Amino acid sequence: MNSGHVGCLGCGACHAMRYTLKALGPRTIMSIPACCWAVMPGVFPLKCLEIPLLNTAFETTGASISGIRAALDAKGIEDVTVVGFAGDGGTADIGIQALSGMVERGTDVMYIMYDNEAYMNTGIQRSSSTPIGAWTTTTPVGTTRDWKKMPKKNMIEIMVAHKIPYTASISVGYPEDMIKKLRKAKEIRGPKFIQIYAPCPTGWRMAPELTIEVCREAVACAAYPLYEVENGVYKITRKPKELKPVKDYMAMQGRFRHLPQEELDDIQRKVTQEWEILLKKEEFTQSLVSE
Amino acid sequence: MSREELKKEFKTFEDLPLTPITSVPSSANQTGGWKTFRPVLDKEKCIKCHICWKFCPDVSIKAKEDEFPEFDYDHCKGCGICAYECPKDAIEMILEEESQ
Amino acid sequence: MKIMMTGNYASAYGAMAAKAEVVAAYPITPQTSIVEKIATLVSSGEMKCQYVKVESEHSAMAACISASQTGARAYTASSAHGLTLMHELLIWASGARTPVVMSNVNRAMGPPWSVWADQHDTMAQRDTGWMQVYCDSNQEVLDSIIMAYKVGERADIMLPSMIIEDAFILSHTMEPVDYPDPELVEGYLPSFDPRFRLDVDEPYGFGSLVMPNWYMEFRFKINEAMEKTRGAILEAEKEFEETFGRSYGGLMDFYKCEDADAVLVLAGTVASTAKHVADKLRSDGKKVGVARLRCFRPFPYDEVRQLAKMTNIIGVCDRSYTFGHWGPMATEVKGALYGLADVPTVKNYIMGLGGKDLTPEVLEKVFVKTLQLKDTGLDTEIEWIGVTGHGGW
Repeated sequence: MNSGHVGCLGCGACHAMRYTLKALGPRTIMSIPACCWAVMPGVFPLKCLEIPLLNTAFETTGASISGIRAALDAKGIEDVTVVGFAGDGGTADIGIQALSGMVERGTDVMYIMYDNEAYMNTGIQRSSSTPIGAWTTTTPVGTTRDWKKMPKKNMIEIMVAHKIPYTASISVGYPEDMIKKLRKAKEIRGPKFIQIYAPCPTGWRMAPELTIEVCREAVACAAYPLYEVENGVYKITRKPKELKPVKDYMAMQGRFRHLPQEELDDIQRKVTQEWEILLKKEEFTQSLVSE
Repeated sequence: MSREELKKEFKTFEDLPLTPITSVPSSANQTGGWKTFRPVLDKEKCIKCHICWKFCPDVSIKAKEDEFPEFDYDHCKGCGICAYECPKDAIEMILEEESQ
Repeated sequence: MKIMMTGNYASAYGAMAAKAEVVAAYPITPQTSIVEKIATLVSSGEMKCQYVKVESEHSAMAACISASQTGARAYTASSAHGLTLMHELLIWASGARTPVVMSNVNRAMGPPWSVWADQHDTMAQRDTGWMQVYCDSNQEVLDSIIMAYKVGERADIMLPSMIIEDAFILSHTMEPVDYPDPELVEGYLPSFDPRFRLDVDEPYGFGSLVMPNWYMEFRFKINEAMEKTRGAILEAEKEFEETFGRSYGGLMDFYKCEDADAVLVLAGTVASTAKHVADKLRSDGKKVGVARLRCFRPFPYDEVRQLAKMTNIIGVCDRSYTFGHWGPMATEVKGALYGLADVPTVKNYIMGLGGKDLTPEVLEKVFVKTLQLKDTGLDTEIEWIGVTGHGGW
């Protein structure tokens, strides 16, 4: 990856790309839909990545990588990794159909969703990946308390329901874990889905130097647990001994500034419950394997 | 058109490739002008752990093994992650105007 | 080798003959037997291609575009709602200069739901930068697919094409079709070898952001390429005739137009019916002709102007419509005639929508109406034919 891209100060998506490229190596073809990364390499004729890159329409990533893989198969080229690198909007919302079709067909490709939790490229509008309670330009607070009320869509669970061979959540604050999981995924044949927690200081209303710190806070309070699911078996890869309160994590970000105590308590309850469920899933699925 | 034929200077539509095919490294775009603050290294405190290099989003820190990290001020945007993450507080963010 | 086959099977065999390497398609009536036939040919080993059973037409076109950009010859098929769902990506395909070939079965758009023949779906795509060829026989369907790759894959063109057949009239009707000798096809159509493609050994970025200073220039290049297709289509057809012994009249096929008092301009299978009717009327002493519009894009300006020298009355029969204006073919024919010293009378007929049958009786009435304009002059610019309760129908 070259410098000189036009990402914002402290952009988490930059780390996401940088470590993805490090993990996957030069024999990789990448497809990027409309998202921050479509614009970040800069204006023609500049390119940021040293691998072949295809820009595609917003909702097409799953289909686009299916087409690339089919063409490589037709040509008998086997040792190239095909990767779709899309934002949360282009994956969980408009791109979900193509993603679902791609996974269901068992396509041998990797789909990476870098999650900055809103439509950041078009100016911070809400996506289904925006967490509950967040301010965005389309869920402004106003006098009607119009912040996002619905919970974040859980793409990992959706992928598990597709019986995907491998899916994992990773975070730019943990580059070693990122590289490990990406390289593991690369070696698996079939569809793989990786979700990267990529903080956006601009959209989350926080200082740019806090990007990595907020990743640690997210894992420490289980707002964004790091885990992998391989053939239905869960494994949490970072288990805090004791969960920190979610409000510490949320206090770092201006997009949660407006939340009254009762909402914070409600969110804490939900996060704790989700964590409990995840622990149980890990225990249960691992017990099936050991039998 | 070969790679060399992909022109970097376009004078007319005929110089353009069929579709926008990009081949010029983006490092040609010097984003250093964006910064309000610039990172300055205190070599006395630096332990060469290279955590700063690890977390720079702009690929603007060069870190050779066993050497002090070097900042690429032509591209550094001054986000301050390196200073924040440095375990020894060896990096200070100072106002760009003051550093001139 | 002659085989009895439907238009849909001709499309499937055309893709096989042209050695399409990636097929990504989604079923829709009345195109389904294309995708089914391809599945059969692939599973029997006769057709060697990667067949991606995508989950929508939009994804079908996305997969074809990216496959083409990776250097594979891509093919798909659709109709009506499937085609219009792809609209965003049709524009993308020509913008990305990917020579994808698509068979489209002309079917009416809903609501109301209809599966029958109508050209509105493809006419509505005329701004997308795709070449459009309207066929009136199953042999033409098969042959045009091969020619479309030949023209589209030229390094100075690199544009996609749609090969169009009428719903049920061609798609589900059997005709004897010659499946060309694969060796001859190989000599006629070399393998797809684009200069720039997604290749890890020569990495580039494709389709990035372009500022206003260069965007228009990229579009101008597409325009230049589309202008070249006029000559390229004729050259490809000439070589096709030399290799396989068949040709279809280029961009516009003239039938008994040279001394005609009136000519009907039509596209699709209705043109062959019109030729039979023209023969009958000629034997009754009425001098009529048929100009079959084969390529709607690129639009055959020169051929239309030639037609204007042959006859004084032209009836343009649109099997589609543009509300708020004349039919698309009529609008473009009239546009091509603008500025000529001697402009023929042009009348627009809208007919056959939603599969309303265009029988010889109907066409004879239309010919007669058009001939009458010689005495009466133009009565109305646009007339809808066959609407129950309107205009005497």
